[in-house]
Amino acid sequence: MKTSVVRLAGIEVELFEAGSGTALLWLHGGNGFEPSHPFVQPFAVRRRLIVPSHPGFGRSGLPDWLDSPDDIAHLYLELMDQLGLARAEIVGCSVGGWIAAEMATKAPERFTKLVLVGPAGVKVGRSDKLDIPDIWAMPQEEVNKLLFHDPAKMQMDPAKLSDEQLTVMLRNRETLALLTWEPWMHNPKLKHRLHRVKAPALFIRGASDGLISQAYLEGYARLLPNARIATVAAAGHAPHLEQPQAFAAAVLSFLDG
Amino acid sequence: MKAWHFSENAYPYLPPAETYPSIRVSLPSRIYDPEKGAALYHRYIDEWLIAEDEGVEIMLNEHHQTATCVDPAAPLVLAILARLSKKARLLILGNPIANRRQPVRVAEEMAMIDVLSQGRLEAGFVRGVPYEILPANSNPVRMNERHWEALDLIVKSWTTHDGPFSWEGRFFHMRAVNIWPRPWQQPHPPIWISTTSPSGAARVGERGYVQATFLTGFDGTRAVFEGYRRGWMKAGRKEPVPIDRLAYAALVYAAPSEKQARAGAEKLLWYILSNKVPPHIANPPGYVPVQANLAILRGAEHPLSGFKKNATVDAAIASGLMFAGTPDQVMAQFKKVYDYVGGFGHLLIMGQAGFLEHEETVLGIRTFAREVYPRLKEAYPDKTPSWSPTEAVAAQ
Repeated sequence: MKTSVVRLAGIEVELFEAGSGTALLWLHGGNGFEPSHPFVQPFAVRRRLIVPSHPGFGRSGLPDWLDSPDDIAHLYLELMDQLGLARAEIVGCSVGGWIAAEMATKAPERFTKLVLVGPAGVKVGRSDKLDIPDIWAMPQEEVNKLLFHDPAKMQMDPAKLSDEQLTVMLRNRETLALLTWEPWMHNPKLKHRLHRVKAPALFIRGASDGLISQAYLEGYARLLPNARIATVAAAGHAPHLEQPQAFAAAVLSFLDG
Repeated sequence: MKAWHFSENAYPYLPPAETYPSIRVSLPSRIYDPEKGAALYHRYIDEWLIAEDEGVEIMLNEHHQTATCVDPAAPLVLAILARLSKKARLLILGNPIANRRQPVRVAEEMAMIDVLSQGRLEAGFVRGVPYEILPANSNPVRMNERHWEALDLIVKSWTTHDGPFSWEGRFFHMRAVNIWPRPWQQPHPPIWISTTSPSGAARVGERGYVQATFLTGFDGTRAVFEGYRRGWMKAGRKEPVPIDRLAYAALVYAAPSEKQARAGAEKLLWYILSNKVPPHIANPPGYVPVQANLAILRGAEHPLSGFKKNATVDAAIASGLMFAGTPDQVMAQFKKVYDYVGGFGHLLIMGQAGFLEHEETVLGIRTFAREVYPRLKEAYPDKTPSWSPTEAVAAQ
């Protein structure tokens, strides 16, 4: 396990690496990444796990020109160049799934398999209804109900966190807003580009995910020629945090298969 | 000293507050009765014109999706007032340019009003309260940056008179800007900016625009004006900030008797009491800096929620948010704030709110205009130097 800082387009990006073997680029969701996250261990024993903190998340820098998941997709292709990764597996969660999808449309040949976990990024439904509920237009308790199968177990208590941890959390929130505000949680161009992504793709969501519906996931998956769908029971928007073992089993079986 | 009659175009006919979670953003418009609304528009316009007759200047503002201020397009009402009024200065405070998609359109609207009114426009710009974010679908992150770029583009639109110019900034892109009409006032109408933060005020002070602050009380107002003075001096100016660069908005109600004044003041409190807004609407991500949000998580008050605790007439007066009473009492309350903050040359009078009826509103305007305003003008000429109260204390 190691944490380092890489420079991408002049931005200092925090990078976590663990394990060895086939490279797996992991793109975190809106809540950011911590090395203590429970999915790390099951993946690190089977893969070379590479987890950057997106610009504006964790301790990564945020330049004033950067404001979209698409911008980050370009950075991470550069990251793959720097790491000497001609090809890799990629897992993206939520907004990280959006970034992964953008990357795959730009360089489809560089990804052997894709796993999109409750991914944002496209618009598949009607124009007078949000595909993904507006988490900024409801009280935090309501957001927690959409995020988690078991909100009581998963929600954080600020009193138990240090100032530094809370600062990271608040900055993550702010950057998430910056990246996804308008159009809300999607890039209208992305769905017209995804047909180029021919590698096997797994779209997976927690059965209780209140943000990414089954219909949305199915509509998204249909945009790729070689996608399948899976569900993790007793999990919400972050199945890798709520049911890490069942999640890892499903994803690794797809990646190994 | 200049005084300004400010009315928010409130729509007070609401169901009990416990029946809705927020008076802003999400309150269903089914509640709004257009017939009552029309009567209110006409009444509020009449009140502005009465204020003008009494020698008081005119001020209005803009909010969206709210019963507290049914003026989602302030330039429209200002255009009406530009035609109907004859002599008053016309202050819009202001244009929410971090939320307007097209700053050049704002420059055009303001230039039209300046020409229509033959040079009576005072053009104010505001970042906008956090409740404006959702109605505008405006990204709360980097609002300040957008605000300042938009202002630069507007000033350039007003002051370029030799054919089209282009603008390729961080947020706004225009290839051929050449507005008609150009403003009446040269080089452009006076610019006002409102802010509640000392760092924001420093930036306003550097440029020498008029700095306004709303209901910030003794210490908040002092901090904003100190910030302004820092910026003013940093820009290399030698003379102190004249008071006509500084404006303070308070709830104001003067009446001949204490009893009448108290009754009016109680009704004005609607402005504070009715502002029911849940935290997620009051504090979108990125609206305040991360460090301020950290303090809020650790128990600090949101900067905009602090004034709720002043929801009685006595508390509001004690905090410097309200000047209410007989003319003598209003003078004394005013002077206390004036002296504490280092002086200011514009009193923005929140003179109507909620169920304060027409006759009561007019009584407040007339009593102020006839019994208080002449004394303020005599005591505080526009070019009186302001001073730094903290430096004055240190010097003692």
